[in-house]
Amino acid sequence: MKILFDGIDEPGLNTLAVYERRGGYESLRKALTMEADAVLQNIVDSGLRGRGGAGFRMGQKASFLPHGDMEKYLVCNADESEPGTFKDRELMQKSPHMLIEGIVIATWAAGIHRAFIYIRGEYAHQADILEAAIAEAQGAGYLGERILGSEHSLKLVLHRGAGAYICGEETGLLDSLEGKRGNPRLKPPFPAIEGLYHGPTLINNVETLSTVPHIIRMGGSEYAKLGTETSTGTKLVSVSGDVQRPGNYEIELGIPSREIIYDLAGGPEPGREVKFWFPGGSSSPVLTKDDLDTPYDFDSMAKAGTMLGSGAIIVVDDSHTVLEVALKVAKFYAHESCGKCVPCREGTNWTVKMLERIESGEATPMDLDIMASVQEQIIGNCLCVLGDAMAMPIGSLVKKFRAELEAEIEAARERANAAALEDVVPLGVADEHAGPVPVH
Amino acid sequence: MSFAGIRRPVPRFDHGSRVPGWDESVDLTKDPAVIPDPATTPVPDDLRQKIEAAMAKYPDRRSATIPALHAAQDLHGWCSPEAITQVAAVMQVTPAYLISVATFYDMFKTTPKPRNDVYVCTNISCSLRGADEVFAALQEIATDEVDVRSFECLGACDIAPMASVNGEYVGPLTVEDAPELIAQLVAGKPVLEHKQLRYRRCADPGVAEGARDFGPPSDETERADTAGLAPEDEVADRPGPTAPIEEAEDTE
Repeated sequence: MKILFDGIDEPGLNTLAVYERRGGYESLRKALTMEADAVLQNIVDSGLRGRGGAGFRMGQKASFLPHGDMEKYLVCNADESEPGTFKDRELMQKSPHMLIEGIVIATWAAGIHRAFIYIRGEYAHQADILEAAIAEAQGAGYLGERILGSEHSLKLVLHRGAGAYICGEETGLLDSLEGKRGNPRLKPPFPAIEGLYHGPTLINNVETLSTVPHIIRMGGSEYAKLGTETSTGTKLVSVSGDVQRPGNYEIELGIPSREIIYDLAGGPEPGREVKFWFPGGSSSPVLTKDDLDTPYDFDSMAKAGTMLGSGAIIVVDDSHTVLEVALKVAKFYAHESCGKCVPCREGTNWTVKMLERIESGEATPMDLDIMASVQEQIIGNCLCVLGDAMAMPIGSLVKKFRAELEAEIEAARERANAAALEDVVPLGVADEHAGPVPVH
Repeated sequence: MSFAGIRRPVPRFDHGSRVPGWDESVDLTKDPAVIPDPATTPVPDDLRQKIEAAMAKYPDRRSATIPALHAAQDLHGWCSPEAITQVAAVMQVTPAYLISVATFYDMFKTTPKPRNDVYVCTNISCSLRGADEVFAALQEIATDEVDVRSFECLGACDIAPMASVNGEYVGPLTVEDAPELIAQLVAGKPVLEHKQLRYRRCADPGVAEGARDFGPPSDETERADTAGLAPEDEVADRPGPTAPIEEAEDTE
């Protein structure tokens, strides 16, 4: 069943005329004739869980917002930067008005009059399309003062980022939107109480907000019949890596993961087989080929010791080594750590160094224990989950593929020793990685 | 005996630290720069207008920092001291504040760099499919006019390995594509048009039959991003930087 992707490839769907012809903004008209509380109740009834990574129920989050006349904000998180995730990009590029409609409905439900879309700076093309769509919606009276003659007013601004993974974290995003370095904040207070410009702020992902018009169209309890009891609805899944047909697929939550990886995305190249896979972006603990029959929904993934995250499946086949992937993951998080919390800043960097030691033949199996303990000490000890996002996959790789890593340590040692004996290096020679000449 | 574990001296840079570049943006012999006087700091008119339009969109003018730095970088090619001073004069913030922001984000250049940007994604999904080779090939043949960088996940793993060429996503790339990509970029032509993401259809077979086709844009193809217009028609109506966005904002 296609909900978000229904007719997504229709030419010109990004323009108001085509979107309206397909029944666009009808949900908004319907929502504006309803009481705001009734709209919110529909979202609560739908059981819609956040599609950005945490899987928090949107209705619940929206009902945390205090009532009253203070300046409240809605921020749409379009900083899709979790490796392996590219679903929001396709939604914004092809159906920007669906997102705008969702934002207008959500702000009506939560009593908000100012909204921002924070889009990552690299999505220049998508940002241009959204900007044009916002201007069109403004011209047609779907945004601005007294929308469609109702009491609801909304000012929507598109904000382009400039390339930082951490700005996908909600409080880092708020700091970045306020014009600062995107450092995460201490929680609590949570953004629903004190967020952007110190006002209560509702932060939702693009896919979550794009689903809202469909919930209003179908009715919350009708939408909740899709998927499983605790993971309702459909989900866009981005499949990438070693599969034959990488891309975005809309699935009903709860189908077996094998169906997504093999039937939809085609599985690995002939002759290869799945070695392990990340079920929810590179931040999620990996699963192996034995877990392929796990149902793809929030709770089944949690039960399997991992998470659904942003819905990005990265498949790694048996032509790649665990070390190679672990090093890529660790380097990414070391690069993107904002440096505010010590366990993350140091932990990510030391993990990279320890993995490089394995590669250069300097490691012993004890390094794997140290590495595992570093991961344990990062988890839960930082303001945000960037450090955890490295610790969880690396920890799971060390745990599940320890034998392979130990063999790699041994093999690399032998390689290094053989090379050293062949070409004896004098003591104290400069490190080739050092860059400038050492001053010793 | 193992030679691999030889202790080597800790490498240090000339400034005595092991961390590269910590002294780049400061001149320790000078006092901290204060907020520039708008009356005596010349700022190009279009840059001033862009920054002021951005500031007007937010309750707090500092929220316009990133848009303002983008505008200044577009004009000057990088976040040069001159660019920073101009932004600081219009926004009435200290240059240090702007530099602190510019150094945080990957898209801002704090050293002089060529204007043409090629970001090659070398994150997991792309590297599984050969991004490191593509990156090496591009780096090797890059001219002085092109800045080839490896970049973290650009959010287009469906066309892995891919690159963002001045903001235009292209992929899947092969090592053989590298010369054509650089040549077209330097000549100012559209880059690898048959591999641009904007023409790619949705992969989901439920969306449309034949959706997996990676449609190279033939003349008959209606393009998902151009409002159904033929490529050459009525450029002004197309969504994109040419659309009258600022006017629409101002008339509120």
